[in-house]
Amino acid sequence: MFDSLAEKLQATLTDVRGRGTLTEDDVNAAMREIRLALLEADVNFKVVKSFTSAVKERALGADVVGKLNPGQQVVKIVSDELTELMGGAARELSFSPRPPTIVVMAGLQGSGKTTATAKLARYLREQHGSSVAVAACDVYRPAAVDQLIKVGHQAGATVYEQGTDQDPVKIAAWARDRAQSEGKDVLIIDTSGRLHVDQELMAELANIKKAVKPHDVLLVVDAMTGQDAVNVAEQFAEVVQFDGVVMTKLDGDARGGAALSVKAITGKPILFASTGEKLDQFERFHPDRMAQRILGMGDVMTLIEKAESAYDQEQAAELERKLRKSEFGLDDFLDQMRQIRRLGPLQSLIGMIPGMGKELRGVKVDEKEFDRIQAIILSMTPQERRHPELIKGSRRLRIAKGSGTNVQAVKQLIKQFEQMRKVMRSVAQGRMPDLGALMRQAR
Amino acid sequence: MARDWRDLFIVDGAGPAPEPEDAPETQERRRGMFRRLRENLRKTRQALTSEIQATLFEDLSDETWERLEEALIYADVGARTTAQVVEQLEREATEGNISGGEALTARLTELLADIARSDDDRIDLRPQPTVILVAGVNGTGKTTTIGKLAWHLSKELGKSVVLGAGDTFRAAGVEQLEVWAQRAGASFVKGPPDTDPGAVAYDTIAAARRDGADVVIIDTAGRLHTQDDLMAELGKVRRVIAKQIPEAPHETLLTVDATTGQNGLRQAQLFSEAVDISGLVLTKLDGTAKGGIALAISHELGIPVKLIGIGEQLEDLRPFDANDFARALVTQ
Repeated sequence: MFDSLAEKLQATLTDVRGRGTLTEDDVNAAMREIRLALLEADVNFKVVKSFTSAVKERALGADVVGKLNPGQQVVKIVSDELTELMGGAARELSFSPRPPTIVVMAGLQGSGKTTATAKLARYLREQHGSSVAVAACDVYRPAAVDQLIKVGHQAGATVYEQGTDQDPVKIAAWARDRAQSEGKDVLIIDTSGRLHVDQELMAELANIKKAVKPHDVLLVVDAMTGQDAVNVAEQFAEVVQFDGVVMTKLDGDARGGAALSVKAITGKPILFASTGEKLDQFERFHPDRMAQRILGMGDVMTLIEKAESAYDQEQAAELERKLRKSEFGLDDFLDQMRQIRRLGPLQSLIGMIPGMGKELRGVKVDEKEFDRIQAIILSMTPQERRHPELIKGSRRLRIAKGSGTNVQAVKQLIKQFEQMRKVMRSVAQGRMPDLGALMRQAR
Repeated sequence: MARDWRDLFIVDGAGPAPEPEDAPETQERRRGMFRRLRENLRKTRQALTSEIQATLFEDLSDETWERLEEALIYADVGARTTAQVVEQLEREATEGNISGGEALTARLTELLADIARSDDDRIDLRPQPTVILVAGVNGTGKTTTIGKLAWHLSKELGKSVVLGAGDTFRAAGVEQLEVWAQRAGASFVKGPPDTDPGAVAYDTIAAARRDGADVVIIDTAGRLHTQDDLMAELGKVRRVIAKQIPEAPHETLLTVDATTGQNGLRQAQLFSEAVDISGLVLTKLDGTAKGGIALAISHELGIPVKLIGIGEQLEDLRPFDANDFARALVTQ
């Protein structure tokens, strides 16, 4: 059920704990799993090879005594390496000392340039109070100009366009002049999607760059891109020397290995992450969170950050103890739900728990359902909450009546709870990053 | 020989539909064009074959299998399917059933083509009207594909086509499809702004029936397979269509970008759960991506690949050919 990397590694390294350190054989076995995980995450094959040899160096002889089990320990090493590789601290756009700052958006067809253009415009307005203009230089795609007009205005930007009959290079130059004369802080130029192997269009992009002398050229990359990401990035780097990357469609469940590939091969930082279709779903890129995601670990850091305010370390230890001793009852279940509920909309958070997203998909919890669940549990006696297997026949009926639901709902809740209890039991048996330990590490 | 449109589409009559009546000059020009196309493809195929031989199977050592594995991974075939293919080929080679670069190349291509091919890889155009629903993740090329498909249906088979602007969410999504309808010579139906996509589907089919159109193609908004509410909306559109015409939609196509990595499998899986996908369109194959994920989708989910997109112009659509695809997968 849990196919997280840590679990797989732990299965591979079962006799390590006794020994205390990792031998070469252990590390080789671990590297095989890691290689598979990274390939599955769409990290480029070449990058995987060089990365795993770098990690192997660190892992050999690594001390595995401590709160984290060997599997978790290796994952931590890998995660740290990945984070480092993808750029350490989050990076920024470079702004011109004399406005306007000119940004050019480039990338393949369908990568999300136009949406990203509007989002960046809105982001700069909100975060920096900049006055922003966007320029419509995609004259090929049907209704592309219309699209930018609509989303550009939604973002509060001025839209510069000349329809689809002008040469994009001329439009770009004209837009730059206009932005200058109108005193705009930032000009973002949207361009048409183009294949990195389309010589004519790549030359056009180079000409746009020559004409406007941008301060930032951003390559827009779809998070679901596979092995080809490297080819695309290499070519764009050669022709237009882009300065940074915007990763889009991160709200999907693509692991996003392309991020690592692009950074590793071109050395260019990923600056922004687009996480939805709405204009405000746009943020600075966090390499550490991406590392976790690539490893299939979910957004653990975000959860930990949020959890720190809502969750006591002691409670975490107590919960762990209860899970280990199979004392986890419906009261604890309700308690957990209450804790999580305090953190924010349930759906998005459940997805953040490593490995839990998929498993809990069936156990869908929205606010209304939470109220129902709470009502049902509160209609149970303490003994029933500790031993839900007692709940049959007349008890079920009583609980249903007391909570204003029906027998079916009561049955369903208990079934879901049993499922969740099984899942959480394996969590407690070390098959997942230990939340308490991770929190301690994070401090 | 590569599949052509008459292999892909099922039309009325015992054999393939008769060529639409053309002036002799047009017929001659067309024949010349096809001849040239076949010539080009044959050259490419020969070049590809010798390339595979040269790079992968120049000598048979442990490195051969590693090289092959690498080539398949690079093509986004995925670790699992790659392992299966390499294992099988290695076994056959070791057991002495196959020897020599040429034979290995042929067998490799065969294996890959078998995985890529499906029984149910045709599009049935006999229902009147035939309703095609097109879905997919944002940016995968739904609207462009619909334009191309409409054009080919009209040009190759003389069918009359109506397009339904079911993307009611995307800024200028309706306008985009309208341009394609004009280019392809298809009729066009849209609803008022922010209207329900199911309503547009309904109106489009109603218009098709009224006007006696042959094919209806419904566009939908791009959506991520992880957005449950949007997947539910897609299911709803399908139900609206099914209520109107019991067997419809007769074809539900999923567009998948050829550059997509392993996530493509998730996409296909979840879209299938929402609306029962009957065929895949592998788009943007004119880049350097090999689209190997289509192999995994076909192999693991049993969804047939039916069409490939190879550019942004009206003509740039082809019936999927498993042999050509397999050969292209492992060439550098």
